[in-house]
Amino acid sequence: MSSSADLRIALVGLPNCGKTALFNRLTGSRQKVANYPGVTVERKEGSFRAPSGREYRVLDLPGTYSLTPTTLDEAITRDVALGRFAAEPRPETIVLVADATHLPLSLRLALEVKRLGLPMIMVLNMSDVARRRGYSVDAVRLAAELGAPVVETVAVTRRGADALIAELERMKIVPSESQTTTDWRESSATDVEATHAAAARMLSVARYREPKRSDIVARIDRVLLHPVYGMLVLGVLLFFVFQAVFSWAALPMDLIDTGVMALGESISASMTEGPLRSLLVDGIVAGVGSVIVFLPQILILFAFILALEDSGYLPRAAYLLDRVMATVGLSGRAFIPLLSSFACAIPGIMATRTIPNLRDRLATIMVAPLMTCSARLPVYALLIAAFIPARNIGPFSLQGVVLFTLYFAGVVGALLVAWVLKKLRRGEDAHLLMLELPDYQWPNLQTLLIGLWERARLFLARAGGIILALMVLLWFLSTYPTPPAGATGPAIEYSFAGRLGHALAWLLAPIGFNWQISIALIPGLAAREVAVGALGTVYALSGDEGDVTLALSSVIASEWTLASGLALLAWYVFAPQCLATLAVVKRETNGWRYPLIMTVYLFGLAYVAAFVTYRVTLALTAA
Amino acid sequence: MQSSGTERALSQLRVGERAVVERIDAADLLARRLLEIGFFPGALVEIVAAMWPDDDPLAVRVGGATFALRRREADQVMVS
Repeated sequence: MSSSADLRIALVGLPNCGKTALFNRLTGSRQKVANYPGVTVERKEGSFRAPSGREYRVLDLPGTYSLTPTTLDEAITRDVALGRFAAEPRPETIVLVADATHLPLSLRLALEVKRLGLPMIMVLNMSDVARRRGYSVDAVRLAAELGAPVVETVAVTRRGADALIAELERMKIVPSESQTTTDWRESSATDVEATHAAAARMLSVARYREPKRSDIVARIDRVLLHPVYGMLVLGVLLFFVFQAVFSWAALPMDLIDTGVMALGESISASMTEGPLRSLLVDGIVAGVGSVIVFLPQILILFAFILALEDSGYLPRAAYLLDRVMATVGLSGRAFIPLLSSFACAIPGIMATRTIPNLRDRLATIMVAPLMTCSARLPVYALLIAAFIPARNIGPFSLQGVVLFTLYFAGVVGALLVAWVLKKLRRGEDAHLLMLELPDYQWPNLQTLLIGLWERARLFLARAGGIILALMVLLWFLSTYPTPPAGATGPAIEYSFAGRLGHALAWLLAPIGFNWQISIALIPGLAAREVAVGALGTVYALSGDEGDVTLALSSVIASEWTLASGLALLAWYVFAPQCLATLAVVKRETNGWRYPLIMTVYLFGLAYVAAFVTYRVTLALTAA
Repeated sequence: MQSSGTERALSQLRVGERAVVERIDAADLLARRLLEIGFFPGALVEIVAAMWPDDDPLAVRVGGATFALRRREADQVMVS
């Protein structure tokens, strides 16, 4: 069937109305996620075929309370619905998704949307939950009052969207030329009050009943939102999450490591020595391995984030932390992006789109790379194993304490930077929070799995490509040109990478970095953990082959001073050793200004931190 | 008791206290968004939680939903 005959429907609804669950239910795996051109709002489109054979294209528009936008996302919803958005044909039908446990605000939005003049269906989503909790409404009367079909759906069950599909088929919508509404005007405050009143009247005609707010939710909130107990619960929860991320990911990461190594060895064994074998084993296999080894941690952290978000807890965490974050000029809403940044700054920076205030959002983007992402861990692990003795201070392992200190330094650095940014933008008045704290619910497995799949795909696509390309480039730079006949030094010293490393050495010598480190930092710009592979390459290529990762630890322990090792750790807390992050910042801020500022300030901080660490350690170890 | 009769800002209520929205103070986008999320005249509100030390932010129950508001936002809503 040609795509011009497909019907375009758009899902519109409040934030957290179960719109995405319905979208997933309708379209399953037939989804395309991209960005709207020129702006940084995610565009989610999918399709499904109705029993009649008719194809529907479904657009999942950003959640909004009204057609008067306060954020970029909400402006997109308005513009697409109005047919004003150049890159998006106007949908032929609007599916207004209402959370059946949240009807008054949804119905008010429906009345605003109805004024657009498009065919509309109102969906009472999560109708099973609503009934169970004691909500009731007469859908037939509501439809008569609203002048639009009203259907009940249960987005999380298999046949939950059938009623919607049947109604769409019944409406016999015809594909139409894209039009814009010209006589539309923004609602005034009086209009808003009028729509509230109209919605309330319709609900009373439709015999809408809501239960008294359950005592359980109120009782849970009394603890979870309490200034002391709530903070305690949050602290314990975060501790547990991080504990789980590291301990549960250890096994799959080991397996990936072992698998990648075994693959490299079997290729080595079946090929003759030469540039092609070297490219395959040291370039491509090692490059792919260095990307996928982070998937377990990213997936585990995101599984927790998605489950906490779905359950309704994450916005409450944002509420708890708003006060603290406000003192350094951030919003509580920054909590979710910053938490995501502990897995990887890229999804973290993309998650800042939910922050309505542009200044707040920029400040959050600027400090997101200071959260210790999982790509730093291999570097930290390597250096800690090499330089920090495995003994205990009281009940704590010294290595663990050092790792904690590095995490802590990143958070403190972020708070300081945010505070400085706040001082720089003097005069700017306070910002909005206005964050909904939805009622608690059990996380849905399908929503969770689709969310995880999206994150994994995004990480592999955005970070994977660039890391792999740079690993291959590194292999080339550190292999060619080959040493001249009769050369005595290690081969890499004659390569481009060796020359580049030597050229940079004068700049990095004051902070204790030798030429091997200087070389490793260059491919390490692709992604932080690549520096480990690069050091392996530098030392493995210049010495004899061997078990790279294990051998590397003992090599650097004997060849570097303690001061150099600690200086490199300090460097890694701050340095923007991740081109993919900078590329995402450029896209999210639509220009070079912010990625450039970020690069300069982070390298500056890294240099100062490494310099101080190096000099202080030298002075202490000399004494 | 639901209302005490005297008008004051939403931010003045104590945790657990209930009141009825009288009017919204500001005429800008902030006021409209507060209206849109349910703080219209006649709506019943209840303070669910308040952060130490100066009740900023607040968690407010309104019209079947709960919202976290900063003090500055809650100052715009007059209740009785």
